Amino acid sequence: MIRFKDVSFRYSKDQNYVLQDISFNVKKGEFLGMSGPSGSGKSTLCLMMNGIIPKTIQGDFSGDVYIDGENIAEKEIYEISEKLGLILQNPESQLFSMTVEEELAFGPENLGIKREEIEDRISWALRLVSMERFREAFPHQLSGGEKQKIAIASLLTMKPEILVLDEPTSNLDPKSRIEIFKIVQKLNRKGMTVVVVEHETNFISTADNILILNEGRIVRYGTPKKIFREADFLKKIGVRVPEIVEFSHCLLKDGYTDDIFLSVTEALEGLNVKSRRSLL
Amino acid sequence: MLKVEDLCYEYESGFQLKNINLEVKGGESIGIIGENGSGKTTLVKNLIGLLRLNSGRILLDGKDTSTMSVAEIARSIGFVFQNPDNQIFASSVKEEVSFGPQNLKIDNIEEKVTNVLKTTDLFKYKDSHPFNLSGGEKQRLALASILVMNPKILILDEPTSGLDLKNARKLIEIVKKLQKEGRTLIVISHDMELISDLCDRVVLMKSGEIIADGAIKKIFDDHDLLEKTRLDLPEIAKLSKILGFGVVFSPEELYRKWRASHD
Repeated sequence: MIRFKDVSFRYSKDQNYVLQDISFNVKKGEFLGMSGPSGSGKSTLCLMMNGIIPKTIQGDFSGDVYIDGENIAEKEIYEISEKLGLILQNPESQLFSMTVEEELAFGPENLGIKREEIEDRISWALRLVSMERFREAFPHQLSGGEKQKIAIASLLTMKPEILVLDEPTSNLDPKSRIEIFKIVQKLNRKGMTVVVVEHETNFISTADNILILNEGRIVRYGTPKKIFREADFLKKIGVRVPEIVEFSHCLLKDGYTDDIFLSVTEALEGLNVKSRRSLL
Repeated sequence: MLKVEDLCYEYESGFQLKNINLEVKGGESIGIIGENGSGKTTLVKNLIGLLRLNSGRILLDGKDTSTMSVAEIARSIGFVFQNPDNQIFASSVKEEVSFGPQNLKIDNIEEKVTNVLKTTDLFKYKDSHPFNLSGGEKQRLALASILVMNPKILILDEPTSGLDLKNARKLIEIVKKLQKEGRTLIVISHDMELISDLCDRVVLMKSGEIIADGAIKKIFDDHDLLEKTRLDLPEIAKLSKILGFGVVFSPEELYRKWRASHD
């Protein structure tokens, strides 16, 4: 669904590369988590997925990016946005209409979609993010978490097949964060391809695969269990490790388990097995 | 050191702080927690005089702050904003940090600026333009330009939010050093591990009121309180509670407890 082939980018030829030799694939329906320390190139990579780099933000770009099999170099940004929606850290920068309904109608109206269809899409999108009662609300009176849900809904009305979220919750309180990630998981279960950039890695521990960037290069790629097994490496380059994973490493080090737990449920199952064994 | 008595404040939008009573002793470290919109930042803006209360009073070392200017209060209470970009405006790091003391005509500015830049590990960037600094460095610069005024009370608003692991650790290290020097600390944060690491005492806010004030573990052990607020236990604390070890915020501490009961 998303394919990067030998992509490198720097803002100008006399500067260092922001990203170098980036190649990876995201399958249809996959949930890819992405992390890395500040300045590792995560946001730049997101802006390449919808063509803003190099189409709007220009520089020294090489390599190819394919979305749904098509090289996006040959596409206009508005054509890419029908396939792929990008959510940024700050929803304020994405909301500009008087009412939530207008905000959600904006994208499909520009695609020339019929009013009835637009109405249906707005209801459907608001239902997916549990914000139906805010249809007439003024976006700027909403809380940070509500704004971010509306920003997501406004992309959903475009019916994209891929959703890319760049640190979508870093300005939100913990409850709102969890709500946003539940929405993302729900969309993924419904078949949407999802890419989430997060420095709070506990939010990407349910991903199919995790990609770790450092200094503009892909330094690790694999399932969450495989990635989090190397907790020391992650911490060394400045990537947070979920607390439950840290706890499993304590157990692992002293031989109480050979598994990496990714959730409270997994930890409980793992510990019960172990204590039953020790009872034998 | 700082005493808030029956503070009430109302915004034009209608949001209120209601009957806030709070006493902070010298050298104490307190955390202010609560969901977004619960009034944490509004309270702090009242403390530093950016907002002026409608009724009640705030006493700073016994003196009513309603008679003091924002600049006077700033000599005693330093506030580091959540978004450092809002606080940075000079064209070099050194100039940025010198701005406050120059305005207040403080002595030995050069020496104080140098010391503070060393404390915050920014001395090597003293001639750089602040906007060339990384997010973590900017956050430390915002802290440095407050520290240089040598306030007795330091207020930090979400100091590690948006920082990666290395920068967050560095900032915590600096803050801990300041605590050891006896500085009074007020931290606003959603990060319970950070709060439990830095603060002995926690003030929990909801809808403009303080609904609990006490030890962090006691507050997180209180089911009714958790139900009332939108606070959610971090995963490690959930696991620790289920395992019967009470509320624990660090994986290592949970492991020690688990091991002690297991062996």
